Amino acid sequence: MKTSGYLDMDLLRFTTAGSVDDGKSTLIGRLLYDSKSIFEDQYEAIKATSEKRGEEYVNLALLTDGLRAEREQGITIDVAYRYFATPKRKFIIADTPGHIQYTRNMVTGASTANAAIILIDARKGVIEQTMRHTYIASLLRIPHVIVCINKMDLVEFKEDVFEKIKKAYEAFASKLEITDVHFLPISALKGDNVVDPSKNMNWYQGATLMYLLENLHIANDQNHSDARFPVQYVIRPMTSEHHDYRGYAGRIAGGVFKKGDAITVLPSGFTSKIKSIDVLEGQLDEAFSPMSVTLTLEDEIDISRGDMIVKTDNQPETTQDIELMICWLADKKLQVNGKYALKHASKDVRCVVKDIQYKINIHTLEKNEEDKSIGLNDIARITLRTTAPIAIDKYSQNRNTGSLILIDEATNVTVGAGMIV
Amino acid sequence: MKNYTLTHLKELESESIYVLRELAAQFEKPALLFSGGKDSIVCFHLARKAFAPAKIPFPLVHIDTGHNFEETIIFRDELAKKYGAALIVGSVQQSIDEGRAIEEKGFNASRNVLQTITLLETIEKYKFDALIGGARRDEEKARAKERFFSHRDEFGQWDPKNQRPELWNIFNGKKAVGEHFRVFPISNWTEMDVWQYILQEKIEIPSIYYTHERECFIRDGVIYAHAQVIPLKPNEKVEKMQVRFRTIGDMSCTGAVLSKANSLEEIVEEVAATRITERGSRIDDKRSDAAMEDRKKTGYF
Repeated sequence: MKTSGYLDMDLLRFTTAGSVDDGKSTLIGRLLYDSKSIFEDQYEAIKATSEKRGEEYVNLALLTDGLRAEREQGITIDVAYRYFATPKRKFIIADTPGHIQYTRNMVTGASTANAAIILIDARKGVIEQTMRHTYIASLLRIPHVIVCINKMDLVEFKEDVFEKIKKAYEAFASKLEITDVHFLPISALKGDNVVDPSKNMNWYQGATLMYLLENLHIANDQNHSDARFPVQYVIRPMTSEHHDYRGYAGRIAGGVFKKGDAITVLPSGFTSKIKSIDVLEGQLDEAFSPMSVTLTLEDEIDISRGDMIVKTDNQPETTQDIELMICWLADKKLQVNGKYALKHASKDVRCVVKDIQYKINIHTLEKNEEDKSIGLNDIARITLRTTAPIAIDKYSQNRNTGSLILIDEATNVTVGAGMIV
Repeated sequence: MKNYTLTHLKELESESIYVLRELAAQFEKPALLFSGGKDSIVCFHLARKAFAPAKIPFPLVHIDTGHNFEETIIFRDELAKKYGAALIVGSVQQSIDEGRAIEEKGFNASRNVLQTITLLETIEKYKFDALIGGARRDEEKARAKERFFSHRDEFGQWDPKNQRPELWNIFNGKKAVGEHFRVFPISNWTEMDVWQYILQEKIEIPSIYYTHERECFIRDGVIYAHAQVIPLKPNEKVEKMQVRFRTIGDMSCTGAVLSKANSLEEIVEEVAATRITERGSRIDDKRSDAAMEDRKKTGYF
């Protein structure tokens, strides 16, 4: 990478899902290795460990298994973040465990991803776990899904195997909210269609995985139409130079703000105009999601952390009653009538669970209206009432202003991940 | 329609500023751990951006092992003075003198582990409830599992298998009395991102990151600066070398690299071409496969 090139690189975050033997770690190892992101000392260290354990080849999975317990048991316990870059893009991989008991980690990894790589073993085809991973990708609204049909070398690189799996996948994915799906036949172990085109599958004329990752169109992944600015922090220097300065600091959660825009503050409803958009270097004429900026307003009005500044002509719903899908992250079950702390954008409120409508059967993806017991890794549709009104969007419209977390007030642990419907 | 996209550096910067503002909003008494190394310098720079035109709303805390490079200490003091930042120094020497820490013996003795004692003492003394660190997930495999907001119990311990899930960018900084948080704004940056950013923003860094002539010696394949705090073994020979430092820790655990890189552009090119991780020259990580994980569990950064 030359020093000049970095000025036009952008950033893609993706998550990888697959079961223990799908070759997920091998695939990540291959991407890191072939993009020269594995350093010699790292490679030597895992090579030595592989030899010590009597393994036949260098176990690239050791690169991603960071904790002692993970290396000992050969499993991934927690989300691990990996990084590599090409001259076009920087990539952040959220590598999440594929076991059923770790749905919470997959949801965590998926929450910030632009793309999901779903691995299918060519010998096994679409299995229950594929459906579960795809469902989570759909639930978390990951904009792009890349289905890698792996281990093609073990099915003699046959086109009909690939086509059959592709059809089976499309059949059930069509029922979910996935807009952009790509299919690739690969062999992570041998390197076919990962970074270099396969010499064994002339029937496949599509892109390699690396090409696809480098060229996915991500500019529209952010919402650029509904301007939303959750106020994080109020800046008041109180120095002689900036005596009356009062700036509202935050990261734009959607849309574009311009100097002079008419704005409304929620939930108070006060209105004003944007006087300036400030950054350390000076002032901007406009700013867009996900930029961190400081807004100043024409009028002196009462605004504090947790308020949301929006454009007056495009306002979200302000309400105390929220319908959402929730993924439960704790052993202790979700309690109907239970009270929780709730965090939404920069706002802190409390809430009570009013109702559980249904639970998703993670095996069949069917709705179960009888079973209201929501425990670890369960996904359900519920209704909440908050202690104070909050300004919300639907998660399908905006992942920043449509998401929330629930916190157990006794232990302070994050117990629920909610997506507003 | 206009193309509303950010470069990777702008997006990382925005994320880090967001994390710093969440920290300032969610904690009563945060502080920025400042070592004088490039990562903590970048954190300081990001903090200036996050709170401008106000001063940064927390002090810098330096845990001084007493074995630091002189250039780093001078840089630290000048930076604090230039930007009017409060600086608190916790002294490992004082912890040793007062009998709360015991110096390691032998040729490879390091005060690296002792830093944890002084760090936890300093947290207690000033009642800090959150410390900002410049650790990055790409540095080391145990760090790859860190959260942006990392919970520590009343003993300062990290429980890697029982971390709070961190979804979207909603950070849960709730805690019980006596507990604290470590906050890592540049979690998602790589060494390359840091250098590109320093170049892009023209950030000042200590002189020892650039090439210079220095008296060094080689031990176990690592180039050490010759200094009073690292006694030479009988067969070790001091010679003048053209070196620079890729990371800055204390003298007893930071290796130099042979380099002629004299500008930020040259450093970026050197980092791009290099095939060894930066912590490859950190002796503290080589003690065992899980050295970092073990130190982190007890309260190390």
